Amino acid sequence: MIRSLLFIPGNSPVMLQNGAVLPADALILDLEDAVATDQKDAARTLVASALHTVDYPKEIIVRINSFDSDYWQQDLEEIIPLRPQAIMPTKCSDSSTIRSIAEKISELERQSNIGEGTVKLIPLIETARGVLNAYEIASASPRIVALLLGGEDLTADLQCERTKGGKEIFYSRSSIVIAARAAGVEPIDTPFTDVDDDEGLIEDAKLALSLGFSGKAVISPRHLAAINEIFSPQAEAVKYAREVISAIEGAKKAGKGVASLHGKMIDAPIVSRAKRVLEQARRLGLPLED
Amino acid sequence: MDIKRRASAGTLESSDVLISVRPADKLILKIESPVFAQYGEQIEKVCREVLAAFNITSGEIHLQDQGALDCTIKARLETAVRRSLSQDD
Repeated sequence: MIRSLLFIPGNSPVMLQNGAVLPADALILDLEDAVATDQKDAARTLVASALHTVDYPKEIIVRINSFDSDYWQQDLEEIIPLRPQAIMPTKCSDSSTIRSIAEKISELERQSNIGEGTVKLIPLIETARGVLNAYEIASASPRIVALLLGGEDLTADLQCERTKGGKEIFYSRSSIVIAARAAGVEPIDTPFTDVDDDEGLIEDAKLALSLGFSGKAVISPRHLAAINEIFSPQAEAVKYAREVISAIEGAKKAGKGVASLHGKMIDAPIVSRAKRVLEQARRLGLPLED
Repeated sequence: MDIKRRASAGTLESSDVLISVRPADKLILKIESPVFAQYGEQIEKVCREVLAAFNITSGEIHLQDQGALDCTIKARLETAVRRSLSQDD
């Protein structure tokens, strides 16, 4: 379960060092937008050296340069032998791009004696075509474990202003959630980019949670605590989930398929949600009892 | 192999190291570091390992260290050497 994914500029030694101790569930080591064109080689080598040396106690995702750039293959050639948990291809607009990247990863896994399929993919959807093809993209490879929405590039492609309220990306957010869930992968929301607006961050993250996103990308370590909190099961939800399971087990013993709890019918979808909440709480080490 | 052209990599930001390489008759390693007294030998060891991996036998290597970890020194020197060698193509 990944609630928070923190972007780390790939050419920043201090951020690469600090990333190991920050409370992010995953780090996205960025070789793309955070790195100037004339420093692509330096960032690639620095990230590779950090992965070789630093023991990161969290998921490591490397954002590679776009498929239409001169760099994505070199990025994979240096990074795949170091076994990051996932690669994040950028500006994914169709499934053919994903298949080409997955084939290249397979070739490099074989050369490095890494089990084929070890390195996962988290495509970044940040174009209008990408949103329209999101399900096809999410289903393009068994390596795909999540989709990330990129709001900044998307609104540039949509030729509209990116606002804090996010009305302009509402359809895209819902599309990504539906496509990802339909494909059986996790939907991850775009970062909130105003580092100093704590209330705006909370509002934005709660909106994402309500739409069905399972986590959110983050551009500042300052945002991590709030994002981890919002995307964790709340104590009340865990308590209710326990009551649901208890009620349905009682009903089963009495030979009934449905139960009643606080005047509401408890049926299969509610039980399924309760099980998911308890499983998330268990994975996060949250208290399951009062 | 000789360093035949000037190249550099890294920055003077905290935790980084700026490494410049240029041609010389022999191998010269110049290390400036605020932690030279404690870690000078280790920094030199990391540099010599990288230079050996590239078979570099001559060139002046100048490090302006800002408290970089070994993995950063290694990466910056590799980048500087590669940039120098790629200009030979």
